[in-house]
Amino acid sequence: MGAILEMRGISKSFPGVKALSNVNLTVEAGEIHAVVGENGAGKSTLMKVLSGVYPHGSYEGDIVFDGEERRFRTIADSEKIGIIIIHQELALVPLLSIAENIFLGNEPARFGVIDRSFVFRRTQELLRKVGLKESPDTLITNLGVGKQQLVEIAKALSKEVRLLILDEPTASLNETDSAALLDLLLEFKAHGIASILISHKLNEISKVADRITVIRDGATVDTLDCRAEAISEDRIIRAMVGRPLADRYPPRTPKIGEPILSVRDWRVHHPIHQDRVVIKGVSFHVRRGEVLGIAGLMGAGRTELAMSLFGKAYGKRISGSVEMEGRPVDVSTIEKAVDAGLAYVTEDRKTLGLVLAEDIVKNVTLANLPGVSRGTVIDDMQELKVANSYRQSLAIRCSSVYQQTVNLSGGNQQKVVLSKWLFSGPKVLILDEPTRGIDVGAKYEIYSIINKLADDGKAVVMISSEMPELLGMCDRILVMNEGAFVGEFTAAEASQEAIMRSIMQSTMKKTG
Amino acid sequence: MDQRAPAQALQPPPSRPSGAGFLQSNIREYGMMLSLFVIMVLFEVLTNGTLLKPLNLTNLILQNSYIVIMALGMLLVIVAGHIDLSVGSVVGFVGALAAVMMVQWDIHYVPATIACLAVGALIGAAQGYWVAFFKIPSFIVTLAGMLVFKGLTLALLAGQSVGPFPKEFQLLSSGFIPDLFSVQGLKVTSLVIGLALAAVMVMVNVKGRATQVKHGVENEPFGFFVAKNAIFAGLIVYFAYLLSSYKGLPNVLIVMALLIGLYTFVTNRTTIGRRIYALGGNEKAARLSGIKTERLTFLTFVNMGLLAGLAGLIFAARLNTATPKAGLGFELDVIAACFIGGASASGGVGKVIGAVIGAFVMGVMNNGMSILGVGIDYQQVIKGLVLLAAVFLDVYNKNK
Ligand SMILES: Nc1ncnc2c1ncn2[C@@H]1O[C@H](COP(=O)(O)OP(=O)(O)OP(=O)(O)O)[C@@H](O)[C@H]1O
Ligand SMILES: [Mg+2]
Repeated sequence: MGAILEMRGISKSFPGVKALSNVNLTVEAGEIHAVVGENGAGKSTLMKVLSGVYPHGSYEGDIVFDGEERRFRTIADSEKIGIIIIHQELALVPLLSIAENIFLGNEPARFGVIDRSFVFRRTQELLRKVGLKESPDTLITNLGVGKQQLVEIAKALSKEVRLLILDEPTASLNETDSAALLDLLLEFKAHGIASILISHKLNEISKVADRITVIRDGATVDTLDCRAEAISEDRIIRAMVGRPLADRYPPRTPKIGEPILSVRDWRVHHPIHQDRVVIKGVSFHVRRGEVLGIAGLMGAGRTELAMSLFGKAYGKRISGSVEMEGRPVDVSTIEKAVDAGLAYVTEDRKTLGLVLAEDIVKNVTLANLPGVSRGTVIDDMQELKVANSYRQSLAIRCSSVYQQTVNLSGGNQQKVVLSKWLFSGPKVLILDEPTRGIDVGAKYEIYSIINKLADDGKAVVMISSEMPELLGMCDRILVMNEGAFVGEFTAAEASQEAIMRSIMQSTMKKTG
Repeated sequence: MDQRAPAQALQPPPSRPSGAGFLQSNIREYGMMLSLFVIMVLFEVLTNGTLLKPLNLTNLILQNSYIVIMALGMLLVIVAGHIDLSVGSVVGFVGALAAVMMVQWDIHYVPATIACLAVGALIGAAQGYWVAFFKIPSFIVTLAGMLVFKGLTLALLAGQSVGPFPKEFQLLSSGFIPDLFSVQGLKVTSLVIGLALAAVMVMVNVKGRATQVKHGVENEPFGFFVAKNAIFAGLIVYFAYLLSSYKGLPNVLIVMALLIGLYTFVTNRTTIGRRIYALGGNEKAARLSGIKTERLTFLTFVNMGLLAGLAGLIFAARLNTATPKAGLGFELDVIAACFIGGASASGGVGKVIGAVIGAFVMGVMNNGMSILGVGIDYQQVIKGLVLLAAVFLDVYNKNK
């Protein structure tokens, strides 16, 4: 089969950073082509060059699509010939319906009047194709991320798509949703649609990819063909990181002490529909030196539990008691929760984690300004030192710590949010999907940091939808379903099957 | 950890930008200073040298002081992601209150002044309360405030002008630094203060640069640094000299300079300043970082009210009467000053020095066009276009 796309010698610079240098990428007709690389390697940038986000002239090199050299000035140019990109950050309008979002920008209309019945029928058709059972009139805000992702794909399908680009589509999906999405890609492939898939979840890649291009530090380092022979995850990692990675999870001998945080009868109501109970009177504790995992499906209430504990940042009519080191504490405002020694690293780094217009330095110190101040006056140089030390210990890839966080790659943004809370010096660190969108090497670093915190006598609560990660890291795992804990496993007892079984059983008990 | 080192090493070293590169990345700040300079030169030429005549320069400062002072507060409000449309009306109301208290009720000017400032802060608090704790858009709250206080001004003055103020109170606006030893019409004290001011500024900058060099983070080329300081110090001394050859430094100028220094410090160096920027940049992230976003929003409005109160007093003292029309349309100049100075309407971005320069751009244009005899009608047209052009350049530079 011939190549549908060839990108030759692509180079792209930003002030102070060379994001891409001489990258080559060839995608054959009807294949699923994976692009992998560490955070900040330049994957998203390459795709933005391809889709016209960065117009011709702002980069060097050639793009050949369908045998013709292309010079896109806008995204519309690339869409016209069938290159459709779904970005790392979803771009749907929350208060519009599914149908309105799908046809946003190219509404079928007669004399400026939108043909509503056509839109409705066509949307239904598209939703059926992507396997989403929702009415076209449903508002986007009422959908979970997994379903939103499907809407994005339906939107792509509404156009003449020949090459579909997905930038970390499964980063915020649970395993069922991810699997469904990957099946969809395979189905597209059967219809001759080629796709480019960027992901840090290597198991997915070895499952669906035909070929893999590996990018490191803005340059192509390898192209692997999976059709000839099966490519192991370790092989991909070696190419990505430039060395083999012996373990995915750093070893630790737990030294577990007395409980630091104890929560009793924690009950939380929905902030808007106040008669709905979201967290149904749960009790749990975490001990000094312990890494506690909270497993569960998307929407199980894990984030809601964490945020309601963290200064009532979520929910209404909250009741229950919280003890730190055996003493009851008041966590009714975020400031008090931080003072009590809690920290919460959000799963939503862009809207809840970072001040994007500010640089790394200012984001890192934001939750602990007194830590770099004398009285109320900030010591710039102290602040700089702190930021640089986190840059080093977490390997944050940036041109300098004065780089605006909006220009960091997704994974590096995550590290900045983590730095912020590490610097607040918590006793109990609650991590919500801490490795979402983070490459394997950096994951290892974050795991090492978690272990170090535990070794220092802190406690870590880790919410994650990636079960292998919980199994690899946690001393104890709690399973949450529909706002209640439905299972508890020690590291020795826990297994993926056991966790899934406890979720299933609790759901069945409810319905049956 | 070390195994990752090669990847790190591949990055370009933190380059020390060249002069041109530095200029490009700081174009906004220098561009603004440059445009103020160009506008001043332009009007100096067009008015045949009248603009910088000591008498006119003194007037220019007096006329502009209340706009500058309010721009300091407005900048914080805008950075926090809000707007205050009521400041013009508050100026009128506080001026009227001062007149009623001092002239009609014969209250001593000291307690009256303090009471007026307190009322200003209270007005700010009353508006900030709705914005901060009830999340009513500031545009609406302060639009309401604008109507309310315009009405109250009329009511308070019963539609009349009230004045004149006590002598001592007038000194707030029309007073000058007393001269201890005048030499042939030159106000030496004022000149000395000007020299001292320039010296302090240079010293602060040199010290700041020294710490930066020590930590290896200075990025302003040395030549630039020297040139910038020389030009600034030179300008300060020159203007101080001009003013000294007339009546000396006006009292308001001192008040203004102190406030500019204070607010620059607060925004750049203190935790509260940092938090206001974070609040405007991303309110949710700021709140989740433990910042009391509501209280902070409230405080920016209290501060705005206080400064509007001060501006009201200065304006009333300057006119020596309180009139129902006082403060009319001031909010437009103040808000325009902030945006010309590079503040972002969506919050989180803006500098004190920018707002001050913006206020002076407006002030020089007002003054220069008046001297040239441009009618009030076309003055507005030109000011409007300048605002649009300034913001356009800003946005254009950012997108490039
Ligand atoms: N607008 C920009 N200005 C400056 N630097 C940028 C900009 N956009 C990206 N960069 C830099 O370019 C590099 C590549 O970023 P890119 O987003 O392509 O990484 P990525 O491979 O997609 O990483 P991730 O897996 O974390 O999403 C990073 O070092 C990033 O900081
Ligand atoms: Mg990316």
